[in-house]
Amino acid sequence: MDLILLAELAVNGVLTGLLYSLFAIGLVLIYKASSVPNLSQGGLTMAGAYVVLALAHDMGLPLWVAIPLAAVVMFVFGMGIERVALRRLAGRPVVMILMMTLGIDIFLRGTTLAIWGGTSRSVDLGVSYEPLFVGDILVSRIHLLGAAVAILLFVVFVLFFRTRLGIRLRAIADDYMASWSVGISVERGVGLSWGLASIVAVSAGIIWGEIQGVDQSLSLLLLKGLTVAVLGGLDSIFGAVLAGIILGIIENVGSAYLDPFVGGGSRDLIMAAVLILTVMLRPHGLFGRTDIERV
Amino acid sequence: MFYRLSGVHHNSYVSESRLYRIPADRNLALFFLALGLVAPLLVGSLYLNSYLLPWLVWTAAALGLNLVTGWAGQLHLGYAAVMAVGAYSAVHAAKFGIPWEFALLIGGISASVVGSLFAFAALRVKGLYLALTTLAMQFVMDWVLTHSPAISGGSHASLQAPTFALLGQPITSDIGLYYIAFSWCLLVTVFMLNLRRTGLGRALVAVREKDYAAAILGVNSFYYKIVAFATSSFIGGVSGAVLVATFFFLAAPEQFSVTVSIQVLAMVIVGGLGSTIGTFFGVALILLAPGVVNGIVAKGAIALGLQLNVETLAHIPTATYGALIIIILMVEPLGLGKLYGNIRDYLMVWPFDQLKR
Repeated sequence: MDLILLAELAVNGVLTGLLYSLFAIGLVLIYKASSVPNLSQGGLTMAGAYVVLALAHDMGLPLWVAIPLAAVVMFVFGMGIERVALRRLAGRPVVMILMMTLGIDIFLRGTTLAIWGGTSRSVDLGVSYEPLFVGDILVSRIHLLGAAVAILLFVVFVLFFRTRLGIRLRAIADDYMASWSVGISVERGVGLSWGLASIVAVSAGIIWGEIQGVDQSLSLLLLKGLTVAVLGGLDSIFGAVLAGIILGIIENVGSAYLDPFVGGGSRDLIMAAVLILTVMLRPHGLFGRTDIERV
Repeated sequence: MFYRLSGVHHNSYVSESRLYRIPADRNLALFFLALGLVAPLLVGSLYLNSYLLPWLVWTAAALGLNLVTGWAGQLHLGYAAVMAVGAYSAVHAAKFGIPWEFALLIGGISASVVGSLFAFAALRVKGLYLALTTLAMQFVMDWVLTHSPAISGGSHASLQAPTFALLGQPITSDIGLYYIAFSWCLLVTVFMLNLRRTGLGRALVAVREKDYAAAILGVNSFYYKIVAFATSSFIGGVSGAVLVATFFFLAAPEQFSVTVSIQVLAMVIVGGLGSTIGTFFGVALILLAPGVVNGIVAKGAIALGLQLNVETLAHIPTATYGALIIIILMVEPLGLGKLYGNIRDYLMVWPFDQLKR
């Protein structure tokens, strides 16, 4: 294979990978604050995209009103999930928390489809589908936009974690017992992280909905998002961004080389293999913290 | 009925370690056993084969998962893959001309070999990371199934199961198939009930509570983790094979996809971790309730004169299924088995509730 094709695959891999990071940041936010693996992020993403659609298309609001409004709606909704469902499971074994988030995922998927139907719809962001040539390399505009959003969110969160509220969240992530004892409301912090993750889900839902249409397939991003989050270390936002880039390149280049041999569809296989290898070799990921366990 | 603990005194270790320490429990179990045996006479063949039979087979499968998740405490999100291994190898063996009795055994053994691979992940990590690894393994298995025509049966990706036969007698009647499912479920249930009384069961519980602490007590936690995975995979593999042989009649990759893994885990958790009777309830709820709710909604819509979208109706079962998981976990995180246990303990000493343990 020639170099230009390789470069094109790699560049597009980086962009796609950043879109995975966009999804994974939501997972990381919640895990950071409460050590809850949020397997309902796929369902939240789907719900976010449908809320935007409902506001923009069904109620006829312009997109620049609909998107912030959807973010507000989903923020409240995310905090509500934490308040109603997750808070009472605090301290329970991880299997119950996993099942709860899976249940929320299934419920969100069923409810959104029951309300809005399963046919694939488009967001119509107004981004042109004309290919963009950078030198000899072909780049998709919407991927570029999505990557920009991912980096923007990353910067916003880095800055946010320097504010007073952000420092509180960091304290909770560090040691929630100690945070409690100095008067930080851990419950409210965890709720806030769910709200923020839901806003991230809205942005991921819009971008991915524009790329592949708003339908059930949005919730299938979960495996890729999980792989990115685990590879980056489940509690590191920077890790999620970097792991997204790495994984995007591996997936794009790897599948281009592998597909002819195995007859297509090797993307999921690569993702699953990376996930298994990461957990086996370095469970805490690239930048995650190692936990010390007491008997 | 009245104060059923009356006259129950154990004064030897043998009587203390009986399967049922209280006659009332034993009588209830015998009653349900008899009910299962005469079920073909009580219900029509439609209910027998489209509700009771899958319920029993899925219960057997879920009990297998309960062994590894509820008893040994190892999260397993790839159970459907293990069932698929059992189902496909049994069907291939049967097509090859091996009698079904041995084909089921082959299915179980090959499933437990593959299932032990999952155990190697459990030796390295646990908790959340184990769940993620087994989930990834499930995706790998799905991929292998859909991408290898030699296993999944050619371009249509479905594999016809040969007629089920025992001792050379083909079994085709609805009642015959029901008894096959019933006896497999009974076998697994008796095994799971007796687990509490064996050293294996106690070792698994020790590993679940804290594997390091178990190791300090002299329980080889690596060994018991592998045993737990291998045993549960054997049960899962045979259950998968029985499911294909008596219910689906053909094997297809979608029957063993990742959603099925999640569904079996939901059955176990809704039923209650480590609870045998709870698993029966959990499977019934997860398997049957969504269809029932859908029927009620459809009838209600007609009764109220509402025009419901076809797509809405198609997705209500999914929403119900999710809502059931959420509600059960909110109301009683220990599952339906715990709810049953509460009611049982209350009725056991009924007029004298001061004796409540």
